[in-house]
Amino acid sequence: MTLDPRGAALALHRFGFGPRRASTSGSIAAIASDPQGALLADLEAPNAGQIVNTDLPTSGAEIRTGYEFNAARLARANLERRRKEAADAAAMENPGAGNSMAAEDKPPAGPTQPNAVPPQRQIFLDEARARIGAANDADIGFVERLVWFWSNHFCVSADGTAAAGAYEREAIRPHVLGRFGDMLQAAEGHPAMLFYLDNWQSIGPDSVLGINNKRGLNENLAREILELHTLGVRTVYTQADVTTFAKVLTGWTFLPTATNPDHGGEFVFNSLMHEPGDQTMIGKTYPSGGVQQGRSVFDDLARNPATARHVSTKLARHFIADDPPPALIDQLTLRFLETEGDLKAVAKALVTAPEAWAPERAKIKRPGEWLVATRRAAGRKDVNIQGITNQQALLGEPLWRPSAPKGFSDDNAAWLDGLTLRLQAANAFAQVVAADVDPKELVDVALGPLATEETRLAVARAETKVQALTLLVMAPEFQRR
Amino acid sequence: MIEMMETTMRSPLQAATFHAASRRELLLGSGVLFAWAFVPRLARAEGRDPRFLTIVLRGALDGLAAVAPVGDPDWVKLRGDNALRLDGKTPALPLDGFFALNPAMPNVHRLYQEGHATIVHAAATPYRERSHFDGQDVLESGLPKPGPTDTGWLNRALAALEPSPDAIASDRRAFAVGPITPLVVRGAAPVLSWTPPRLPPVSEETTLRVLDLYRHTDPTFAQVLEERLGLAAIAKAGGIADKKPDAPAIQGGGIEQVRAYFAEAAGAAAKFLAAPEGPRIGALAFDGWDTHVNEGAVNGRLANLLGALDGAIAAIKTNMGDAWQETVVTLVTEFGRTARINGNEGTDHGTATVALIAGGALKGGRVIADWPGVKEADLYEKRDLKPTTDLRAVLKGLLRDHLRVDASALTADIFPGSDAIAPMTGLLA
Repeated sequence: MTLDPRGAALALHRFGFGPRRASTSGSIAAIASDPQGALLADLEAPNAGQIVNTDLPTSGAEIRTGYEFNAARLARANLERRRKEAADAAAMENPGAGNSMAAEDKPPAGPTQPNAVPPQRQIFLDEARARIGAANDADIGFVERLVWFWSNHFCVSADGTAAAGAYEREAIRPHVLGRFGDMLQAAEGHPAMLFYLDNWQSIGPDSVLGINNKRGLNENLAREILELHTLGVRTVYTQADVTTFAKVLTGWTFLPTATNPDHGGEFVFNSLMHEPGDQTMIGKTYPSGGVQQGRSVFDDLARNPATARHVSTKLARHFIADDPPPALIDQLTLRFLETEGDLKAVAKALVTAPEAWAPERAKIKRPGEWLVATRRAAGRKDVNIQGITNQQALLGEPLWRPSAPKGFSDDNAAWLDGLTLRLQAANAFAQVVAADVDPKELVDVALGPLATEETRLAVARAETKVQALTLLVMAPEFQRR
Repeated sequence: MIEMMETTMRSPLQAATFHAASRRELLLGSGVLFAWAFVPRLARAEGRDPRFLTIVLRGALDGLAAVAPVGDPDWVKLRGDNALRLDGKTPALPLDGFFALNPAMPNVHRLYQEGHATIVHAAATPYRERSHFDGQDVLESGLPKPGPTDTGWLNRALAALEPSPDAIASDRRAFAVGPITPLVVRGAAPVLSWTPPRLPPVSEETTLRVLDLYRHTDPTFAQVLEERLGLAAIAKAGGIADKKPDAPAIQGGGIEQVRAYFAEAAGAAAKFLAAPEGPRIGALAFDGWDTHVNEGAVNGRLANLLGALDGAIAAIKTNMGDAWQETVVTLVTEFGRTARINGNEGTDHGTATVALIAGGALKGGRVIADWPGVKEADLYEKRDLKPTTDLRAVLKGLLRDHLRVDASALTADIFPGSDAIAPMTGLLA
């Protein structure tokens, strides 16, 4: 049997989360007999890409929890303000007794503990633990890398919703090896997305509520779906198509949290908000039909060759190069179209393409990916979630908080500047784990044949273990995919 | 319906503002406190309440640059322009007529004059090779040879103290400072460490080595790092290694950041040790002493680091308050450096070096040295300062007389194989 440790190391760094120390299945040696086969097998693993055995709440429950906490806090603040106003008024009337009266007052009966940790924060940490744990624990992590890719493609922001993590579990993960069209439907119809891109309050001008309340369209979601999620900017659609699509999507909203203690924050199609009538966009007429009208548009967008090329290009750019080889894009696009957006088939086409195995390591890992790789290299079983999410934010990739709907950049230029911060993060991490590892051994574990002589020498000659480990995870071979 | 929606519109899904990590959160992940239930009970019985702090200087401090033998006739011949001298442009601080302190350390100098600092020179652990990792293991483990070990001498010393009957783990805390718990305090006694709430600075040395690696392997990375560090100009002028010895120190990590980190870490340690119900024993480690290139003992990099260390010691004294009178702080490093300057205006790994002790409990104001001389014939393997004092004698003396660690435990458990090394006497006031 021929062994290909170089290919194995490349597979782990380019398509996975890097080699894992003290692991029999996530090491260079474990997949050296057939690196490509190992990636293909990753796609066939049971429950690949899913968070199983989780007691994490549904997105609806997370949203309601957040709402209830904020509402209770507001109530306490209101109560406190009224009490103070009353006390001030009493003091004005009876200056001598003001203080003692205030002292005898009971504190307001707050609905919840005033200094409690916001449940939204706890939800965020629990969801982050599930996501980062899955990446850290994975054998190779190819499917998890795909989850991260698609989650960023269809990004929402945790700044607006407590349910960003649940969104990934509910809309992205179930379809990561399924059909693009299904992921598209799940993502765009998810309350987290409807809120993030404002569609929940978009109202058809000729709908019942539109006529009665003089409220109207919000094009945000419709535009971003066409520009970012499907066809791609400057392709086959016009502004008129955007407006029409926005009309199609009116009524896609969620139940208000204030009045629905059991189902607030869950998806609902509200026909009272929906623009009536047939709609024609991108050369096709979609008959009036409520929620089905939008679903039909999504089906067609998923099948559109522009979509196939757009997402194939992004996929190749993410894994291979800022300017990916055109032949590779063609190949992925073709596979996408002939399988009607079968994402597992596209993933297979990616790792079986010769271009995907080019020895040049053209891409810089994104911060989150790199941080997980450092933990895996050191063989950390329990990742400090607060620490790693804070560092990820410090390095410019705050988890589930992209600065714009376009998601975090996949261009090298966006991440190069962060090298000095990465150095600080590497040093801080190295200080925590260096005592437990042998840096020279880690060169073989983490890089194997990819290690340059220079890196081996630098690690071997380091002044301290901390410095050695810092040099290892800062080495270009470790920073690049 | 619309009214209902208005009420929820402000933040219907809720969550904003809970994700901005505070600076404190940022680093809590990498450090915590440690606790155990052992206190220096015998010392307490004498009416004392001793504090003991160990600072490990990792990377091998050049003892000759920290404390120079200015009275040795061979000294200036040895180091030339790099020699500290009393009549230099930046004069060294006189100690006892023979030795002088690096001018970057005025606080230590003042403590010395007050009798609160002692210097032990030409000291070394029993380790005689020149590997940092192994040298640090020997220094911190207290074992005579390098090898697999997971306990340190300070932890074993604590375990040898009797558990205090009135102490419970939760309210008798000892601690380590720094994101990593130094080996010297690791062991059976449960350990937690505390980290200042910020990313610790990356040492200049580490930064330069990463940059050097990039220069050889990844021009893109090298360029970015250089630019960010503001080093591009120096590189263009001929490269780091060609830099003139008197050029200002490269401040990639930022010496101000290093100063702040040293002072904050040491100052925090002192606050904990000073607290009435706080810990009594602690340890921390400062990296960055591996000065192979452009050592800068007088005005450069090493001077900056020593200055930062001087500030850390000042912070300890300040924050100790009255407890300073019952305090001993030891500063130790894995080994020294070559007696001569190397080809890059730096020094390579050597053998003997200094140990610095500070604290109000000392009978200080002394340099303790059986001076070996710096003539070539006097050097260890014709290159390093020859060790004439075993560091274990100093540490055993301090543990015995300050903490009242049992004398037999000192040899049997804490520094095994040190039977022939008698505890140094008379270190304490």
